[in-house]
Amino acid sequence: MIPPLAQTSIGQPGGSDKCVENNGFCPDWIVDNIDRYWTPLLEHVYLTVLPVTIGFAISLALAILAHRRRWLTGPIITITGIFFAIPSIAAFFLLQPITGLGYTTAMVALVSYTLLIIFRNITTGLRNVPAETRDAALGQGLTERQVLFRVELPLAVPEIMAGLRVASSTTVGLAALALYAGAGGLGAEILRGDDKFFKSNVVVAGGLAVLLAAVLDLLILTVQRWMTPWQRART
Amino acid sequence: MNGSLAILGDFGEAVEFIFKERPSVSGDVMIGGIPELAGFGLTHMYVSIAAVLIAAALAIPLALWLGHIGRGDFLATATSNVGRAVPSLALLAFFISFVGLGYTNVILVLVLLAIPPLITNTYVGMRGVDRDLVDAARGQGMTGMEIVRKIELPLALPSIFGGLRTSAVNVVATATIAPLANVQTLGEPIITPQTYGFVGQLGAAIVVAVITVAVDFLFARLQRAVTPAGLKLTEPTGRRYFSLPTRRRLKSP
Repeated sequence: MIPPLAQTSIGQPGGSDKCVENNGFCPDWIVDNIDRYWTPLLEHVYLTVLPVTIGFAISLALAILAHRRRWLTGPIITITGIFFAIPSIAAFFLLQPITGLGYTTAMVALVSYTLLIIFRNITTGLRNVPAETRDAALGQGLTERQVLFRVELPLAVPEIMAGLRVASSTTVGLAALALYAGAGGLGAEILRGDDKFFKSNVVVAGGLAVLLAAVLDLLILTVQRWMTPWQRART
Repeated sequence: MNGSLAILGDFGEAVEFIFKERPSVSGDVMIGGIPELAGFGLTHMYVSIAAVLIAAALAIPLALWLGHIGRGDFLATATSNVGRAVPSLALLAFFISFVGLGYTNVILVLVLLAIPPLITNTYVGMRGVDRDLVDAARGQGMTGMEIVRKIELPLALPSIFGGLRTSAVNVVATATIAPLANVQTLGEPIITPQTYGFVGQLGAAIVVAVITVAVDFLFARLQRAVTPAGLKLTEPTGRRYFSLPTRRRLKSP
Protein backbone atom coordinates (compact mmCIF):
# COMPACT_ATOMS: atom_id res chain seq x y z
CA MET A 1 0.00 0.00 0.00
CA ILE A 2 2.78 2.43 0.75
CA PRO A 3 4.72 2.43 -2.56
CA PRO A 4 1.76 3.58 -4.73
CA LEU A 5 1.13 6.29 -2.17
CA ALA A 6 4.66 7.56 -2.51
CA GLN A 7 4.37 7.57 -6.28
CA THR A 8 1.20 9.57 -6.42
CA SER A 9 2.54 12.14 -4.06
CA ILE A 10 5.40 13.05 -6.39
CA GLY A 11 4.05 15.93 -8.42
CA GLN A 12 0.90 14.22 -9.62
CA PRO A 13 -2.05 16.55 -9.26
CA GLY A 14 -4.45 13.66 -9.92
CA GLY A 15 -3.17 11.71 -6.92
CA SER A 16 -6.19 12.45 -4.76
CA ASP A 17 -8.69 11.20 -7.32
CA LYS A 18 -6.77 8.00 -7.73
CA CYS A 19 -7.00 7.51 -4.00
CA VAL A 20 -10.80 7.60 -4.19
CA GLU A 21 -10.72 5.17 -7.10
CA ASN A 22 -8.54 2.69 -5.22
CA ASN A 23 -10.47 3.25 -1.98
CA GLY A 24 -7.20 3.84 -0.18
CA PHE A 25 -6.20 5.51 3.01
CA CYS A 26 -4.01 8.41 1.94
CA PRO A 27 -2.85 11.48 3.85
CA ASP A 28 -2.71 13.38 0.54
CA TRP A 29 -6.40 13.10 -0.04
CA ILE A 30 -7.10 14.08 3.55
CA VAL A 31 -4.96 17.22 3.30
CA ASP A 32 -6.60 18.18 0.00
CA ASN A 33 -10.13 17.63 1.27
CA ILE A 34 -9.97 18.62 4.91
CA ASP A 35 -11.98 21.80 4.22
CA ARG A 36 -15.19 19.95 3.58
CA TYR A 37 -15.24 18.62 7.14
CA TRP A 38 -15.46 21.96 8.96
CA THR A 39 -19.17 22.53 8.41
CA PRO A 40 -20.20 18.98 9.48
CA LEU A 41 -17.88 19.28 12.47
CA LEU A 42 -19.49 22.57 13.50
CA GLU A 43 -22.93 21.02 13.05
CA HIS A 44 -21.80 18.15 15.24
CA VAL A 45 -20.54 20.50 17.97
CA TYR A 46 -23.90 22.25 17.85
CA LEU A 47 -25.75 18.89 17.96
CA THR A 48 -23.80 17.94 21.09
CA VAL A 49 -23.38 21.11 23.13
CA LEU A 50 -26.95 22.38 22.80
CA PRO A 51 -28.73 19.10 23.75
CA VAL A 52 -26.40 18.57 26.73
CA THR A 53 -26.96 22.15 27.93
CA ILE A 54 -30.75 21.95 27.58
CA GLY A 55 -30.74 18.44 29.07
CA PHE A 56 -28.72 19.68 32.02
CA ALA A 57 -31.15 22.54 32.69
CA ILE A 58 -34.17 20.21 32.60
CA SER A 59 -32.44 17.50 34.68
CA LEU A 60 -31.31 20.02 37.30
CA ALA A 61 -34.85 21.33 37.66
CA LEU A 62 -36.21 17.77 37.90
CA ALA A 63 -33.52 16.75 40.41
CA ILE A 64 -34.21 19.74 42.68
CA LEU A 65 -37.92 18.94 42.49
CA ALA A 66 -37.25 15.26 43.32
CA HIS A 67 -34.92 16.33 46.14
CA ARG A 68 -37.87 18.04 47.83
CA ARG A 69 -40.40 15.37 46.94
CA ARG A 70 -38.59 12.05 47.10
CA TRP A 71 -41.48 10.00 45.71
CA LEU A 72 -41.01 11.68 42.32
CA THR A 73 -37.58 10.07 41.82
CA GLY A 74 -38.95 6.66 40.79
CA PRO A 75 -41.43 7.89 38.16
CA ILE A 76 -38.88 10.35 36.70
CA ILE A 77 -36.30 7.56 36.32
CA THR A 78 -38.87 5.23 34.74
CA ILE A 79 -40.01 7.82 32.18
CA THR A 80 -36.53 9.11 31.27
CA GLY A 81 -35.39 5.45 31.22
CA ILE A 82 -37.91 4.71 28.46
CA PHE A 83 -36.66 7.76 26.49
CA PHE A 84 -33.17 6.42 26.95
CA ALA A 85 -34.00 2.90 25.79
CA ILE A 86 -35.60 3.99 22.50
CA PRO A 87 -32.77 3.92 19.94
CA SER A 88 -31.93 7.38 18.63
CA ILE A 89 -32.31 6.28 15.04
CA ALA A 90 -35.90 5.18 15.79
CA ALA A 91 -36.62 8.39 17.71
CA PHE A 92 -35.47 10.47 14.75
CA PHE A 93 -38.22 8.87 12.63
CA LEU A 94 -40.89 8.70 15.34
CA LEU A 95 -40.61 12.47 15.82
CA GLN A 96 -40.63 13.40 12.14
CA PRO A 97 -44.43 13.39 11.65
CA ILE A 98 -44.60 15.90 14.53
CA THR A 99 -41.50 18.07 14.23
CA GLY A 100 -40.52 17.50 10.61
CA LEU A 101 -37.09 16.93 9.09
CA GLY A 102 -34.28 18.97 10.60
CA TYR A 103 -32.66 20.32 13.73
CA THR A 104 -35.79 20.37 15.90
CA THR A 105 -36.29 16.62 15.58
CA ALA A 106 -32.61 15.92 16.26
CA MET A 107 -32.61 18.26 19.28
CA VAL A 108 -35.73 16.82 20.91
CA ALA A 109 -34.42 13.27 20.54
CA LEU A 110 -30.89 14.07 21.74
CA VAL A 111 -32.12 16.10 24.74
CA SER A 112 -34.35 13.20 25.78
CA TYR A 113 -31.28 10.92 25.92
CA THR A 114 -29.29 13.13 28.25
CA LEU A 115 -32.07 13.37 30.87
CA LEU A 116 -31.66 9.96 32.52
CA ILE A 117 -27.86 10.18 32.67
CA ILE A 118 -27.68 13.68 34.14
CA PHE A 119 -30.69 13.33 36.44
CA ARG A 120 -29.31 10.13 37.98
CA ASN A 121 -25.95 11.70 38.66
CA ILE A 122 -27.34 14.89 40.20
CA THR A 123 -29.60 12.81 42.46
CA THR A 124 -26.72 10.55 43.50
CA GLY A 125 -24.53 13.59 44.17
CA LEU A 126 -27.15 15.22 46.36
CA ARG A 127 -27.72 12.00 48.30
CA ASN A 128 -24.04 11.49 48.93
CA VAL A 129 -23.77 14.74 50.88
CA PRO A 130 -23.11 13.62 54.49
CA ALA A 131 -26.04 14.20 56.84
CA GLU A 132 -23.68 15.88 59.36
CA THR A 133 -22.72 18.50 56.78
CA ARG A 134 -26.38 19.27 56.15
CA ASP A 135 -27.07 19.41 59.87
CA ALA A 136 -24.12 21.71 60.47
CA ALA A 137 -25.37 24.07 57.75
CA LEU A 138 -28.90 24.07 59.18
CA GLY A 139 -27.44 24.62 62.65
CA GLN A 140 -25.63 27.71 61.41
CA GLY A 141 -29.01 29.12 60.50
CA LEU A 142 -29.11 28.48 56.74
CA THR A 143 -32.56 27.99 55.23
CA GLU A 144 -33.39 24.83 53.24
CA ARG A 145 -32.89 26.75 50.00
CA GLN A 146 -29.53 28.11 51.14
CA VAL A 147 -28.42 24.63 52.19
CA LEU A 148 -29.31 23.34 48.72
CA PHE A 149 -27.53 26.05 46.74
CA ARG A 150 -24.57 26.76 49.03
CA VAL A 151 -23.82 23.34 50.50
CA GLU A 152 -25.47 20.39 48.79
CA LEU A 153 -25.15 21.36 45.12
CA PRO A 154 -21.51 22.50 45.40
CA LEU A 155 -20.62 19.23 47.15
CA ALA A 156 -22.42 17.30 44.41
CA VAL A 157 -20.34 18.96 41.66
CA PRO A 158 -18.02 15.97 41.05
CA GLU A 159 -20.96 13.61 40.45
CA ILE A 160 -22.83 16.18 38.37
CA MET A 161 -19.75 16.74 36.22
CA ALA A 162 -19.26 13.00 35.84
CA GLY A 163 -22.83 12.86 34.53
CA LEU A 164 -22.15 15.69 32.08
CA ARG A 165 -19.06 13.89 30.81
CA VAL A 166 -20.98 10.70 30.16
CA ALA A 167 -23.84 12.67 28.58
CA SER A 168 -21.55 14.63 26.27
CA SER A 169 -19.60 11.64 24.96
CA THR A 170 -22.82 9.64 24.50
CA THR A 171 -24.42 12.54 22.64
CA VAL A 172 -21.44 12.85 20.28
CA GLY A 173 -22.03 9.22 19.34
CA LEU A 174 -25.78 9.55 18.95
CA ALA A 175 -25.49 12.81 16.97
CA ALA A 176 -23.58 10.79 14.36
CA LEU A 177 -26.98 9.35 13.44
CA ALA A 178 -28.68 12.78 13.27
CA LEU A 179 -28.36 12.62 9.49
CA TYR A 180 -31.49 10.44 9.61
CA ALA A 181 -33.32 13.38 11.15
CA GLY A 182 -32.01 15.57 8.34
CA ALA A 183 -29.71 17.47 10.69
CA GLY A 184 -26.32 16.72 9.11
CA GLY A 185 -23.31 16.34 11.37
CA LEU A 186 -20.27 14.11 10.90
CA GLY A 187 -22.49 11.05 10.37
CA ALA A 188 -23.77 12.55 7.13
CA GLU A 189 -20.15 12.87 6.05
CA ILE A 190 -19.41 9.22 6.91
CA LEU A 191 -22.31 8.08 4.74
CA ARG A 192 -21.77 10.63 1.96
CA GLY A 193 -23.35 9.01 -1.08
CA ASP A 194 -20.74 9.27 -3.82
CA ASP A 195 -17.87 7.77 -1.82
CA LYS A 196 -19.64 5.48 0.59
CA PHE A 197 -17.20 3.92 3.04
CA PHE A 198 -14.19 5.39 1.29
CA LYS A 199 -11.40 4.61 3.78
CA SER A 200 -9.80 8.06 4.07
CA ASN A 201 -13.21 9.69 4.50
CA VAL A 202 -14.39 7.22 7.14
CA VAL A 203 -11.20 7.67 9.14
CA VAL A 204 -11.33 11.49 9.08
CA ALA A 205 -15.06 11.85 9.80
CA GLY A 206 -15.05 9.12 12.48
CA GLY A 207 -11.78 10.37 13.92
CA LEU A 208 -13.13 13.91 14.23
CA ALA A 209 -16.13 12.60 16.19
CA VAL A 210 -13.86 10.72 18.62
CA LEU A 211 -11.65 13.80 18.90
CA LEU A 212 -14.68 15.98 19.62
CA ALA A 213 -15.78 13.61 22.40
CA ALA A 214 -12.29 13.69 23.92
CA VAL A 215 -12.02 17.49 23.75
CA LEU A 216 -15.44 18.02 25.35
CA ASP A 217 -14.56 15.50 28.06
CA LEU A 218 -11.33 17.33 28.84
CA LEU A 219 -13.15 20.67 28.84
CA ILE A 220 -15.73 19.49 31.39
CA LEU A 221 -12.98 17.95 33.51
CA THR A 222 -11.12 21.28 33.51
CA VAL A 223 -14.28 23.13 34.60
CA GLN A 224 -14.74 20.56 37.36
CA ARG A 225 -11.17 21.05 38.66
CA TRP A 226 -11.75 24.78 38.66
CA MET A 227 -15.09 24.49 40.47
CA THR A 228 -13.85 22.14 43.21
CA PRO A 229 -10.63 23.61 44.56
CA TRP A 230 -11.01 21.61 47.78
CA GLN A 231 -10.52 18.35 45.89
CA ARG A 232 -7.37 19.66 44.30
CA ALA A 233 -5.92 20.52 47.70
CA ARG A 234 -6.57 17.03 48.97
CA THR A 235 -4.76 15.11 46.26
CA MET B 1 -57.21 17.61 6.31
CA ASN B 2 -55.84 19.46 9.31
CA GLY B 3 -52.40 19.01 10.86
CA SER B 4 -53.18 16.69 13.73
CA LEU B 5 -55.07 14.26 11.51
CA ALA B 6 -52.13 14.17 9.11
CA ILE B 7 -49.88 13.07 11.99
CA LEU B 8 -52.31 10.28 12.86
CA GLY B 9 -52.31 9.36 9.17
CA ASP B 10 -48.52 8.89 9.12
CA PHE B 11 -48.55 6.65 12.17
CA GLY B 12 -51.66 4.81 10.98
CA GLU B 13 -50.04 4.03 7.65
CA ALA B 14 -46.82 2.95 9.38
CA VAL B 15 -48.74 0.52 11.58
CA GLU B 16 -50.51 -0.79 8.50
CA PHE B 17 -47.09 -1.29 6.86
CA ILE B 18 -46.10 -3.52 9.78
CA PHE B 19 -49.11 -5.79 9.44
CA LYS B 20 -49.98 -5.72 5.74
CA GLU B 21 -47.96 -6.12 2.56
CA ARG B 22 -47.99 -3.26 0.06
CA PRO B 23 -46.26 -2.39 -3.22
CA SER B 24 -42.84 -0.73 -2.89
CA VAL B 25 -42.23 2.91 -3.83
CA SER B 26 -41.34 1.94 -7.40
CA GLY B 27 -44.19 -0.56 -7.41
CA ASP B 28 -42.26 -3.60 -8.62
CA VAL B 29 -41.99 -5.59 -5.36
CA MET B 30 -44.16 -6.18 -2.33
CA ILE B 31 -42.86 -4.80 0.95
CA GLY B 32 -43.90 -4.78 4.60
CA GLY B 33 -46.25 -7.16 6.34
CA ILE B 34 -45.60 -9.62 9.11
CA PRO B 35 -43.63 -12.27 7.12
CA GLU B 36 -41.03 -9.81 5.82
CA LEU B 37 -40.63 -7.98 9.13
CA ALA B 38 -40.41 -11.28 11.03
CA GLY B 39 -37.50 -12.25 8.76
CA PHE B 40 -35.74 -8.96 9.51
CA GLY B 41 -36.57 -9.41 13.20
CA LEU B 42 -35.01 -12.88 13.32
CA THR B 43 -31.77 -11.61 11.77
CA HIS B 44 -31.85 -8.68 14.19
CA MET B 45 -32.22 -11.01 17.18
CA TYR B 46 -29.63 -13.43 15.85
CA VAL B 47 -26.83 -10.86 15.51
CA SER B 48 -27.81 -9.18 18.81
CA ILE B 49 -27.89 -12.36 20.89
CA ALA B 50 -24.67 -13.66 19.34
CA ALA B 51 -22.91 -10.37 20.07
CA VAL B 52 -24.07 -10.09 23.69
CA LEU B 53 -23.19 -13.74 24.42
CA ILE B 54 -19.70 -13.45 22.92
CA ALA B 55 -19.06 -10.15 24.69
CA ALA B 56 -20.26 -11.58 28.02
CA ALA B 57 -18.09 -14.68 27.62
CA LEU B 58 -15.05 -12.48 27.04
CA ALA B 59 -15.65 -9.53 29.36
CA ILE B 60 -17.29 -10.96 32.49
CA PRO B 61 -14.62 -13.56 33.43
CA LEU B 62 -11.86 -11.01 32.81
CA ALA B 63 -13.55 -8.36 34.94
CA LEU B 64 -14.39 -10.90 37.67
CA TRP B 65 -10.74 -11.81 37.92
CA LEU B 66 -9.56 -8.20 37.88
CA GLY B 67 -12.18 -7.30 40.47
CA HIS B 68 -11.17 -10.22 42.66
CA ILE B 69 -7.49 -9.31 42.70
CA GLY B 70 -8.38 -5.60 42.86
CA ARG B 71 -6.32 -4.47 39.90
CA GLY B 72 -7.96 -2.73 37.01
CA ASP B 73 -9.35 0.63 38.14
CA PHE B 74 -7.68 2.11 35.11
CA LEU B 75 -8.96 -0.51 32.67
CA ALA B 76 -12.52 -0.23 33.98
CA THR B 77 -12.58 3.55 33.61
CA ALA B 78 -10.68 3.65 30.32
CA THR B 79 -12.80 1.05 28.50
CA SER B 80 -16.03 2.79 29.43
CA ASN B 81 -14.65 6.18 28.36
CA VAL B 82 -13.29 4.94 25.05
CA GLY B 83 -16.34 2.76 24.44
CA ARG B 84 -18.66 5.72 24.71
CA ALA B 85 -16.52 8.09 22.69
CA VAL B 86 -16.52 5.99 19.51
CA PRO B 87 -19.81 6.50 17.64
CA SER B 88 -21.39 3.17 16.62
CA LEU B 89 -21.87 4.46 13.08
CA ALA B 90 -18.18 5.38 12.82
CA LEU B 91 -17.13 1.97 14.14
CA LEU B 92 -19.38 0.14 11.68
CA ALA B 93 -18.23 2.31 8.78
CA PHE B 94 -14.61 1.72 9.76
CA PHE B 95 -15.09 -2.05 9.75
CA ILE B 96 -16.98 -1.99 6.45
CA SER B 97 -14.29 0.01 4.68
CA PHE B 98 -11.27 -1.80 6.13
CA VAL B 99 -12.55 -5.35 6.74
CA GLY B 100 -15.66 -5.77 4.61
CA LEU B 101 -19.39 -6.47 4.68
CA GLY B 102 -21.34 -9.32 6.20
CA TYR B 103 -22.48 -11.04 9.36
CA THR B 104 -19.07 -11.61 10.91
CA ASN B 105 -18.14 -7.95 10.76
CA VAL B 106 -21.48 -6.76 12.08
CA ILE B 107 -21.27 -9.16 15.02
CA LEU B 108 -17.68 -8.08 15.65
CA VAL B 109 -18.72 -4.41 15.79
CA LEU B 110 -21.60 -5.23 18.14
CA VAL B 111 -19.28 -7.27 20.39
CA LEU B 112 -16.91 -4.31 20.63
CA LEU B 113 -19.83 -2.08 21.61
CA ALA B 114 -21.09 -4.55 24.21
CA ILE B 115 -17.80 -5.13 26.01
CA PRO B 116 -17.16 -1.78 27.80
CA PRO B 117 -20.35 -1.66 29.93
CA LEU B 118 -19.83 -5.32 30.87
CA ILE B 119 -16.25 -4.78 32.01
CA THR B 120 -17.05 -1.61 33.92
CA ASN B 121 -20.16 -2.93 35.65
CA THR B 122 -18.69 -6.30 36.57
CA TYR B 123 -15.55 -4.67 37.94
CA VAL B 124 -17.41 -1.97 39.87
CA GLY B 125 -19.80 -4.63 41.22
CA MET B 126 -16.89 -6.75 42.46
CA ARG B 127 -15.13 -3.78 44.05
CA GLY B 128 -18.39 -2.72 45.69
CA VAL B 129 -18.47 -5.88 47.80
CA ASP B 130 -17.85 -5.08 51.45
CA ARG B 131 -14.19 -5.91 52.23
CA ASP B 132 -15.18 -7.05 55.73
CA LEU B 133 -17.30 -9.81 54.18
CA VAL B 134 -14.41 -11.00 52.06
CA ASP B 135 -12.08 -10.95 55.08
CA ALA B 136 -14.63 -12.88 57.15
CA ALA B 137 -14.93 -15.48 54.38
CA ARG B 138 -11.17 -15.81 54.17
CA GLY B 139 -11.01 -16.14 57.96
CA GLN B 140 -13.44 -19.04 57.75
CA GLY B 141 -10.98 -20.78 55.47
CA MET B 142 -12.57 -20.20 52.07
CA THR B 143 -10.26 -20.39 49.08
CA GLY B 144 -10.02 -17.56 46.53
CA MET B 145 -12.29 -19.45 44.15
CA GLU B 146 -14.88 -20.05 46.86
CA ILE B 147 -14.86 -16.37 47.81
CA VAL B 148 -15.56 -15.41 44.20
CA ARG B 149 -18.30 -17.99 43.79
CA LYS B 150 -20.07 -17.72 47.14
CA ILE B 151 -19.51 -14.12 48.24
CA GLU B 152 -18.37 -11.73 45.55
CA LEU B 153 -20.27 -13.02 42.51
CA PRO B 154 -23.72 -13.13 44.17
CA LEU B 155 -23.26 -9.65 45.57
CA ALA B 156 -21.96 -8.30 42.25
CA LEU B 157 -24.75 -9.92 40.19
CA PRO B 158 -27.12 -6.92 40.21
CA SER B 159 -24.36 -4.72 38.85
CA ILE B 160 -23.32 -7.34 36.27
CA PHE B 161 -26.90 -7.57 35.07
CA GLY B 162 -27.01 -3.78 34.93
CA GLY B 163 -24.09 -4.05 32.51
CA LEU B 164 -25.85 -6.76 30.50
CA ARG B 165 -28.89 -4.52 30.30
CA THR B 166 -26.91 -1.56 28.97
CA SER B 167 -25.06 -3.78 26.50
CA ALA B 168 -28.17 -5.53 25.25
CA VAL B 169 -30.04 -2.26 24.70
CA ASN B 170 -27.04 -0.70 22.92
CA VAL B 171 -26.55 -3.76 20.73
CA VAL B 172 -30.21 -4.08 19.72
CA ALA B 173 -30.28 -0.36 18.93
CA THR B 174 -27.09 -0.48 16.90
CA ALA B 175 -28.10 -3.61 14.98
CA THR B 176 -30.55 -1.24 13.28
CA ILE B 177 -27.75 0.18 11.12
CA ALA B 178 -26.45 -3.31 10.19
CA PRO B 179 -28.06 -3.14 6.70
CA LEU B 180 -25.24 -0.70 5.82
CA ALA B 181 -23.06 -3.84 5.95
CA ASN B 182 -25.57 -5.91 3.94
CA VAL B 183 -27.08 -7.68 6.95
CA GLN B 184 -30.84 -7.30 6.68
CA THR B 185 -32.02 -6.46 10.16
CA LEU B 186 -35.09 -4.41 11.09
CA GLY B 187 -33.13 -1.35 9.96
CA GLU B 188 -33.46 -2.43 6.31
CA PRO B 189 -36.53 -0.23 5.65
CA ILE B 190 -34.80 2.68 7.43
CA ILE B 191 -31.61 2.42 5.37
CA THR B 192 -33.35 1.93 2.00
CA PRO B 193 -36.06 4.61 1.75
CA GLN B 194 -35.90 4.41 -2.04
CA THR B 195 -37.77 1.09 -1.74
CA TYR B 196 -39.65 1.47 1.52
CA GLY B 197 -40.50 5.17 1.60
CA PHE B 198 -41.11 7.21 4.75
CA VAL B 199 -43.97 4.93 5.82
CA GLY B 200 -41.61 1.95 5.83
CA GLN B 201 -38.99 3.91 7.76
CA LEU B 202 -41.53 4.97 10.37
CA GLY B 203 -42.97 1.45 10.61
CA ALA B 204 -39.53 -0.05 11.17
CA ALA B 205 -38.73 2.68 13.72
CA ILE B 206 -41.86 1.76 15.68
CA VAL B 207 -40.91 -1.94 15.71
CA VAL B 208 -37.30 -1.21 16.74
CA ALA B 209 -38.43 1.15 19.52
CA VAL B 210 -40.92 -1.39 20.91
CA ILE B 211 -38.31 -4.17 20.86
CA THR B 212 -35.59 -2.17 22.62
CA VAL B 213 -37.97 -0.94 25.32
CA ALA B 214 -39.06 -4.56 25.81
CA VAL B 215 -35.43 -5.72 26.07
CA ASP B 216 -34.70 -2.95 28.58
CA PHE B 217 -37.74 -3.95 30.63
CA LEU B 218 -36.83 -7.66 30.49
CA PHE B 219 -33.31 -7.02 31.75
CA ALA B 220 -34.60 -4.70 34.47
CA ARG B 221 -36.77 -7.60 35.70
CA LEU B 222 -33.84 -10.03 35.46
CA GLN B 223 -31.66 -7.61 37.37
CA ARG B 224 -34.25 -7.44 40.12
CA ALA B 225 -34.62 -11.23 40.13
CA VAL B 226 -30.90 -11.91 40.63
CA THR B 227 -30.55 -9.36 43.42
CA PRO B 228 -29.95 -11.22 46.70
CA ALA B 229 -32.85 -10.67 49.12
CA GLY B 230 -30.60 -8.87 51.58
CA LEU B 231 -29.63 -6.27 49.01
CA LYS B 232 -33.19 -5.52 47.94
CA LEU B 233 -33.76 -3.60 51.15
CA THR B 234 -31.20 -1.01 50.11
CA GLU B 235 -31.33 1.06 46.95
CA PRO B 236 -31.32 -0.80 43.63
CA THR B 237 -27.93 -0.76 41.93
CA GLY B 238 -29.34 0.42 38.63
CA ARG B 239 -27.15 1.26 35.68
CA ARG B 240 -23.79 1.84 37.22
CA TYR B 241 -22.34 2.39 33.74
CA PHE B 242 -23.78 5.88 33.65
CA SER B 243 -22.02 7.20 36.67
CA LEU B 244 -18.31 7.26 36.09
CA PRO B 245 -16.60 5.10 38.68
CA THR B 246 -14.84 7.82 40.59
CA ARG B 247 -11.87 6.92 42.73
CA ARG B 248 -13.97 7.34 45.84
CA ARG B 249 -16.56 4.82 44.71
CA LEU B 250 -14.07 2.24 43.51
CA LYS B 251 -12.00 2.11 46.65
CA SER B 252 -13.49 0.32 49.56
CA PRO B 253 -13.66 2.42 52.71
